[in-house]
Parts: sequence; structure tokens; C-alpha cells
Amino acid sequence: MHPSPVASHSQFLPKENSMTPTSELELSDMIKATKGPLRIVGGGTRPIGRVVGEALSTAALSGITLHEPGALTLVARAGTPVAEIEATLATQNQRLAFEPMDHRALMGTTGQPTIGGVVAANVSGPRRISVGACRDFLLGVRFVDGAGNIVKNGGRVMKNVTGYDLVKLFAGAYGTLGVLTEVSFKVLPAVEAETTLALSGLDDATAIRAMSAALGSPFEVTGVAHDPAQALTHFRLEGFAASVAYRAKEISKLLAPFGATQDTQGDWAAIRDVTAFAGKSGDVWRISVKPSDAAALSEKIGADAVQYDWGGGLIWALCPVGTDVRAAMGNTAGHATLIRGAGQTFHPEPAPLAAISTGLRAKFDPRGVLNTGIMG
Amino acid sequence: MQMPIPDASVIDRKDQIVARLLAVLPKTAVIADVVETRAYECDGLTAYRCPPMCAVLPTTTDEVAAVLRICHEMDVPVVPRGSGTSLAGGALPTADCVILGVAKMNGVIETNYDDRYIRVQTGRTNLSVTGAVEADGFFYAPDPSSQLACAIAGNIAMNSGGAHCLKYGVTTNNLMGVTMVMMDGTVVEIGGAHMDAGGLDLLGVICGSEGQLGVVTEATLRILPKPEGARPVLMGYDSSEVAGQVVTDIIKAGVLPVAIEFMDRPCIEATENFAHAGYPMCEALLIVEVEGSDAEIDAQLALIMKIAAKHNPVELREAKDADEAGRIWLGRKSAFGAMGQINDYMCLDGTIPVSELPYVLRRISEMSKEFGLDVGNVFHAGDGNMHPLILFDANKEGDLELCEEFGAEILKLCVEVGGCLTGEHGVGIEKRDLMHVQFSKADLEAQMAVKDVFDSKWLLNAAKVFPLDASEPRRVA
Repeated sequence: MHPSPVASHSQFLPKENSMTPTSELELSDMIKATKGPLRIVGGGTRPIGRVVGEALSTAALSGITLHEPGALTLVARAGTPVAEIEATLATQNQRLAFEPMDHRALMGTTGQPTIGGVVAANVSGPRRISVGACRDFLLGVRFVDGAGNIVKNGGRVMKNVTGYDLVKLFAGAYGTLGVLTEVSFKVLPAVEAETTLALSGLDDATAIRAMSAALGSPFEVTGVAHDPAQALTHFRLEGFAASVAYRAKEISKLLAPFGATQDTQGDWAAIRDVTAFAGKSGDVWRISVKPSDAAALSEKIGADAVQYDWGGGLIWALCPVGTDVRAAMGNTAGHATLIRGAGQTFHPEPAPLAAISTGLRAKFDPRGVLNTGIMG
Repeated sequence: MQMPIPDASVIDRKDQIVARLLAVLPKTAVIADVVETRAYECDGLTAYRCPPMCAVLPTTTDEVAAVLRICHEMDVPVVPRGSGTSLAGGALPTADCVILGVAKMNGVIETNYDDRYIRVQTGRTNLSVTGAVEADGFFYAPDPSSQLACAIAGNIAMNSGGAHCLKYGVTTNNLMGVTMVMMDGTVVEIGGAHMDAGGLDLLGVICGSEGQLGVVTEATLRILPKPEGARPVLMGYDSSEVAGQVVTDIIKAGVLPVAIEFMDRPCIEATENFAHAGYPMCEALLIVEVEGSDAEIDAQLALIMKIAAKHNPVELREAKDADEAGRIWLGRKSAFGAMGQINDYMCLDGTIPVSELPYVLRRISEMSKEFGLDVGNVFHAGDGNMHPLILFDANKEGDLELCEEFGAEILKLCVEVGGCLTGEHGVGIEKRDLMHVQFSKADLEAQMAVKDVFDSKWLLNAAKVFPLDASEPRRVA
């Protein structure tokens, strides 16, 4: 299936004056000609970090260029709306297994999330705990670096160790190393059945132990999240119907020491998108720690509300404006990203790593024109 | 295979260099005798040999740092080495280098079942990582064929895969953190027991960088609960096109087997003569394995058998018990050994889009006739990672060169149809000079720029991965 680029995207094109290249070559020329700084915009739905500069839009670099269902492969230009990709995959009963989060509700934005934005921010959802993150499904990238060079890395095949893996480096680089023009993914079959079990009344530490028990079992939970506000712990199972039923029964038995599980209607989109914090004032932090550290850390950070995903490995925290979550973390291994709020977005790195990161940015964007300052 | 001319100014200082190394390492950890260094003259790519100037076998990260600091200061090239099983020449020494072997660093530092990781020293072998956790019901997923011998250090360097990565991914998908020593002796901690990078995904680019960015001494690896069970089925077809279609149909049906392995007739014949696994003589044989409880396996296999049956199989055999499962895998697992019985062979590992399988197999068989060398194909069909084994006679003048030429043509074909030169073995020296086929100058410059940042003097394993002409300005700078 090779749908042609969709013309109707013009509605998402940014205002005039902004740079909206229609090809890699045009993009390359624009970058070569600019003095910067440039602010790279996909759908504009994830304003993480405060980038200043002239908008450079990927909206006209749009369209799925390849979908080969039998090879579990999809290639799309960076400005392609995520919705278009998901719809195309759905026609073949496939999906992006890493379940990319939609930031619009949390960030109070409108517009169409693009696949380039998903990659630039390495956006994943609850299924990340079992199948991997965006970066784990990303097979290849094409990009234009800060000097205007057109570069490709990786490809469209699942196993590829030919040369350095810049693909991973670009996932989550927030546009600081180059402007993505095309990305290719491994996709997975959609599932026949899904069910969610819930435990209620657990405190955070106990809930995390329950989630670890499930994740340490062979019954393949594909989502494990805990919401302290409702004292509800959710366990998702997916697959063929008979298998889901079998595993649900086994997981219930396994979790019996923590209480009786209930079948529920799991709202995994709400968990994924952290809609519980939408419209509420305060800073929003995304904290990555090892699960067994999560409950103790949550108590220390002074949050108004927290929510756990990835079995406790991911903490979403809604905090009073100006809360220094990193200070509260102290020596706890991991990192905290300020997703919404004013302050330093990314966790400062130890000096030797910061030197490497700065060195890489200087190589890929020697004039410092791309999303300058967002990552340090 | 061309290698850079060894730096005489380094070799001339051998005594000084060895003396400095002996000052930071125990005497037994420094191997400088010209007879003893022969043990390190090659890796799994045995066609190429060159004893190093000396070899060191440190036992701690601090010792590794001390060695690298000295080499950095004295401008001595370093070639890191895990177990030396690379099929691509990743650990091939140069005459002016220090081989830095991590084999003595093989301990388990921590296991954590609640957070599902193990931290090991990287000289530990792949299989013994699983060995450390299997009694508790866990395993480490990447399973390269050499897993009994290969070290985690080499797995990380080459981003190794294995038969089961269709479901579990390769090394990079199972690596959570590393302790790495940079060429200047700086020790860095990257990642850890938490998920996802806080800044740039440095771990992602280190994995698969073939020992060119640093020496990884410790690694945090994701461990997974062992599935309740696994069972393979075997199916034979009289054309590779049909077998290819079966693979596609299985994948499209929504089943995700843990492995789909493919063997062609020359390979079936060789393994039958060698291992007597009872395989049917046919053009294409598939082994498909699924996991789960007994009932889950039954259900998945029923679906797979239904698809398989639609395509008129020559044979369809489901394992009823562990013994039968073992026999189904027996031939596949002894395929390389069986081919080795016939003759010397060169094993390629290019990847192609699954849909191109029939075309590529047909072209390989045509080329086999043109070059007059036999080829057997055995590979991971689910992900398109091919392993053509080209048979040649190392004692026959010109045969190795002919074989390499044939191999290069196959790899070019892989790239031509949308694939790549290497799916899991790495570039090393073997595919180094073919990188131009897959990458433009700008593509290679972008990769080499990464090495500039980690190893500005280009001392670490510098004669690998990049075509010598492309890397020359940096290497001789």
C-alpha cells in the first residue's frame, strides 16, 4: 500500500513567513541559508522546553511512503500525522506497538501530532514496559543536519547493524541534531482481545510490589499502572481471546495475596495521556526511576498528585509551581524531565556525559541553529 | 583485505609501553612475548591474522581506565576484545596495537528480580548471564549462535541478535545501562536500572559501535520471566517462493512467533548428512516456534498449521514433546558445523525486506553457478536476516578471493533490494570496504563525527567499520 501524500494537510500548515520545506533538498537549502535560530515544528502539540527562533515546519514533508504489512514495516515522512499512520495500519490490523502518548490534553495544545514529533521526543505509552519504547521500533531515519547535510541511517529492515546506530541517537534528541525528514518503523499486529484487571485499595509501595509480581510472571502483561488518587492498580492483558482469558485467570491467582482482582474497562488512553492532570494548574514532571525506588521517591517530592506507569518505572507528578523535584531525588538513580512548567527541562547530566552530548550537538549542528538550548 | 601500515613509531616504543602497562597491571595480565601474543592474532574471521604488539587482561574498570590512559597518552592504538568470536574481524589486531581483553572480568555484580535486571562484568558469556538467573525463572533474551562462548562486551559492541529476536529484540533492546571507559581513561556511567535516556540516547549509539567509542566494562541487562513453554513446528516446501509466502501469511495473521528459521536444500542436505535430524529433502524448510502455556501453544500452532497446510507442504511436523522439539532444532543448530564439514565457508549476514526473499534466493543461486561456488542458505526468515554460507577451499589458490568477491555481490544485492550489509555480525573489516555501497559520503561522515567526539585521536579499533580511504584523514591526523 502506497498512499500518496495527503493534500488536505494544508490546514495544518503554519502561518505564512514560516519555513515550510516541501523536500529534503529545499530543507537543506533553507538550513544552509539561515542564520538561525530555528524552532522545529511538527504538529506543535508537544511544547516541551521553550525553544525560541523562527518556525521551521515539517508539515509539507508528509505522507506514508511505504507500508508492507507482511514485513511489519512502515515508512513515513516526518510531518505525517500520527492519526493517518494509525488509520493506515488499522486497515491491515496492525499498530504502532509502543503506543505513543498524545500530549494535547496535558499540554493544553491543539493541532495534529506528527510522527516526526513522536520520534524527536521518543514518545511511548504504557506498552513500553513490555514491548519497548519508540526508539526500539524505529528502524531508520533520514534527516538534514545543522549544516544542511542530507543524511540517512538505519533502514527499513528489522535487523541492521551496518555502521553506527544514529537512529537511536535521533530518537529523543528533540531536533537538536538535525531535522527529521523520514522515519521507518517496525509495526506489530493488533490484538484480537484485551482485558484489564484491577486491584483496589493498595498503597503505592504495595501496588508497585504487585505490579512487579505481574511483570515478573510469564503471563505477559502489556500495561501496569497505579493511580493513587483512586487507589486503583491496573493490569492489561492482550492477545488471542483464549490466551487472554487464561492469563487473566493466572494473573488473578498470582495477585491474590494483594487482594481480589476485578475485571474493569481499562482506560489506557487516559493513563497514556495523563489526562488526570489535564487542565490542572502546576508543573508536570515525568520521572524515570527503577520501580522499587518509585514509592519512596514520590513521598519526597511534595507533589499534589502522582500517577505510576511502567510498573512504577515512570512517575508522572503534578507539583506546585517551582517545586525542585531533582533536589528531592538526591542520589536516586534516574532522571526527571519538566514536561510542563518553567525551569530547566532536562535533568542535568554528569560532566563527562554533558561533554559528550555537547560535543555531539556541536558536530551535528556546528552553528547551533537547531532547537538551540532545549537540551542544554 | 587491506589494513593500515602499522605505526613504526609505536612498535619502536614497545618496551616503554609494556613497562608502563606493567606498572598498572599485575605481571600475569600483560602479554608481550611474541609467541604468546599469537593467541590473539585473530577472532572468528580466521582468514585474517596479525599478532598484536601486546595484549592486556585487566580485571577491574580501574585497571581498564589505567591502560587506556597510558595508551591515550602514548598514542598507542587499542583493539578491545570480548571472547574473540566475531565473524567480521571486529577483534582483529593490528601489529602496533594493544589488545584489551575483558575475558577475566566475568562476574555478576547484582541481580534484581523486582526490577528485572542483572548487572554483570562484560567478559561474562552470553549464556552464563541466563545461567545466573534461570533457576529463578528468568532469562536474558538475545541468543546469538555463539552464545556459549561469546561475551556480553562483544554482544554490545556488535549489537548481537539471535534466533529469537523477532519477539524479544536484539542487544540494544535489552541493554539498560553501561559503565564505559573512554579512550582517555574517563569512566562514564550511562543509563542504569531505570528506563529511557535522560538526555541524548548515548547508550543507543554505543551499542553496535564495534568497540570504537569506548570499552564497556559493566552492563545492566534486562531479564525476562521465562515463558511457560515453547514448541516448534517444521514445514517443508518445494519452492522458496512458497515458503516465503508462508512466512508473510503467518506474520499477517497476527501471530508473533519467537522464531522463524529457514533452510534451503543445500543446507538441508548438509545437515542431514551430519546431524541426521530426519529433515525432509525439499527446497525450503521452515522451523516456526511459539511460546506460552500448553493451551496457548496449541492455539497458536493450530493457526500456523492451518496457514502452512494451505500452501501444499511437502511435510508438516509438530513437536509433541521436548524430545521431538529437540530433534526439530537439531539440524538448524548444527547447520554451520555441517557446512564446515564439507568445506571452508564464509558466512554472510545481510538483511533484506522479507518480501524480497524469493528474488534474492533465486539471484544467489544464479550467482552460485556464475562463480562456481556452492552456497547454502540458513537464516532468520521472520526478520529477513540471511545467512548465506559460501563454500570454498582455503588451500586452493584464489578460492578465498573468489569467495569474497561472490560474498560482496550478495551483500550488494541485499542493499539493492532495500536491505543492509549486516544484520547481526557487524561490519568489522569484513564488510568495511562495502560501506560505500550502502552509505553516501555524508552518511559516513555523520557516523565518523560521532567517533570524533568519543575518541578524538582515533585510537580505538580505528581500522574497522569505515572504509580506510574514508577514515584516513582522521586516522592519520
